[in-house]
Amino acid sequence: MATTASGIETMTYREALRLALREELERDPTVFLMGEEIGVFQGSYKVTAGLYDDFGPERIMETPISEEGFVGAAVGAAMSGQRPVVEIMTINFILVAMDQVVNHAAKVRYMFGGKVGCPLVIRTPNGAGNQLTAQHSQSFEGWFANVPGLKVVAPATPADARGLLKSAIRDDDPVLVIENLQLYKAKGEVDTSVDGAVEIGRAAIAREGSDLTMVAHTFAVTRCLHVAERLQADHGISAEVVDLRSLRPLDMETVAASVAKTNRALCVEEGWASYGVTAEVASRISLACFDDLDAPVGRVGMAEVPMPYAKSLEDAALPHEEKILAAALEVCGA
Amino acid sequence: MTLIRLFEQESERQYKRARIGGYCHLAIGQEGATVGAVAAMGPEDLLLSSYRSHGLALAKGVPATTVMAELFGRQDGCAAGRGGSMHLLDPEHNYFGGWGIVGGQLPIAAGMALAGIKEGKELAVLCELGDGAVNMGAWHESLNLAAVWKLPVVFAVFNNGYGMGTSVEQSNAEPEIYKRAAAFRMPGERVDGQDVEATYQATYALLERARRERQPAVLEVMTYRLRGHSVADAGTAYRTKEEVAEWAEKRDPIAMVTEKLMAAGVTEEELDEIERDAQREVDEAVAFAEASPMPDPSTLADFVYGDPDTGRQFSRMAPGSPAGEAAVLAQLEQAA
Repeated sequence: MATTASGIETMTYREALRLALREELERDPTVFLMGEEIGVFQGSYKVTAGLYDDFGPERIMETPISEEGFVGAAVGAAMSGQRPVVEIMTINFILVAMDQVVNHAAKVRYMFGGKVGCPLVIRTPNGAGNQLTAQHSQSFEGWFANVPGLKVVAPATPADARGLLKSAIRDDDPVLVIENLQLYKAKGEVDTSVDGAVEIGRAAIAREGSDLTMVAHTFAVTRCLHVAERLQADHGISAEVVDLRSLRPLDMETVAASVAKTNRALCVEEGWASYGVTAEVASRISLACFDDLDAPVGRVGMAEVPMPYAKSLEDAALPHEEKILAAALEVCGA
Repeated sequence: MTLIRLFEQESERQYKRARIGGYCHLAIGQEGATVGAVAAMGPEDLLLSSYRSHGLALAKGVPATTVMAELFGRQDGCAAGRGGSMHLLDPEHNYFGGWGIVGGQLPIAAGMALAGIKEGKELAVLCELGDGAVNMGAWHESLNLAAVWKLPVVFAVFNNGYGMGTSVEQSNAEPEIYKRAAAFRMPGERVDGQDVEATYQATYALLERARRERQPAVLEVMTYRLRGHSVADAGTAYRTKEEVAEWAEKRDPIAMVTEKLMAAGVTEEELDEIERDAQREVDEAVAFAEASPMPDPSTLADFVYGDPDTGRQFSRMAPGSPAGEAAVLAQLEQAA
């Protein structure tokens, strides 16, 4: 971390998450972490590095490889008033705990008439691109954003990673924090002199523009920002990039205001687009901005195949910049 | 036990009159297991259960009025009409559901025991489950976690012989379920659930040990349901009439305890009074449920979320919202 006098520090996304965890562990004694290898091993992706030494085994609770068991235990602890923050090593492994997330955590408050709540946080990264192949390269956040009772946030910058994780931990309802494997090493500025909590349900304008609105979350935001530079430099197209930051609730006011200005929209995500986050956003844009649109809403996601291993095939499957650029040009009629 | 029997008979009648909807799983025949296990709980102990929950809720002290109102789907039900038969809950009486996915309550019970330890409380969790739950992954994961984390949970397996219509022998490589506790190096015991006193004693000892030594355990409570899996099941396709009749005649837990009580000097008049009181409680429960209004449709979205900021968080979602979402958004905005 590089520090300046003002409190603005440059740090990685991973460090920003760690900072939020540390700050919340210090602030609230009911906050504790659970997950595989988050203690002595320092975290599979090192997000929790150092916390075990500072907070001990009761606050940084190492678990067996037993996602259904420990996610369920976190639901029970949350119902009792604790604030567990569960790390699922990657989003691929949450499927074996799906019953606890969807049938239990999401239902607790409503199904029991508001008598008990579930202030649970689940942190887990999505994403692909390291030849991790079919079972370790997926992005399921749309599945969870489909479920009333859950909230889903998806930060794309270090400042938002810190701020949204803090808000998630303080929220009285179950929140999934979708991180991203590619973003863990990404650097950005974080103002450590302020609390920095980011309100859930607020999208951000990651880049201003006037000709095209690109809507994305997590690593797709980074891809869109790169594409926006190329659109400007090579084609004279001014693209605005909306970083959703929150998938449920979804900030359609920001998206619609942008599209009303640009009259064109392209939705991008890391996962499969069919029935995905882009499907939801595109549908809502069509309803909210029908009179504003000069072209059909475009969408880019991962190729609809299980992720292959060979580098040439993986590259062909990823929603990489060339695909996004081509789709942007098509939406712009260029 | 008498209250549970009469309450369940009334539930069956009200279901047939279509006053109760959905699934409805009765505990008739399981009153000894139910009361014996729950009566053994300490005042701080917590109860979680499967969806065969009416009897357990009543045994834990949840008022029959709010239970019946919940079965009726009324506003004053213990889950405000959101839960129904399978999802009763009453934190005031330390009853934490009423869960509908087989085995789903097991890890949650472990987590509540963990929270108790974190809060420095000397409490145990009694987690009731059916015999069908022991072949779920959640069983294995929860028992393992309870053992490695030394959590004060007693897993009370109400073995009534059948998971829906499939017998325990047919579905279990080890049908003596209590023996499976050995795989987790925890005590495993079996008790006659038709004998309320024996069930009480066995549960009491294991709960006490759980509290004092943080020692989880499995208690297999052998019982029998005299009705089908739910009111929609006649309960005859997978077992003989003779088998049911034999349990009803020789192993009815209420008849068994009545005999014991009379031998101990309790008079017939005293027993009649218990039954009259229980019947009055059931009648009052039905009257209460009938008088309670249906939840107002304008409250549809109440309790989806509880965080005070939720209304504000969702307030920017409206543009392009599909129609089904309008009521929810309006509700959340109102809350904001």
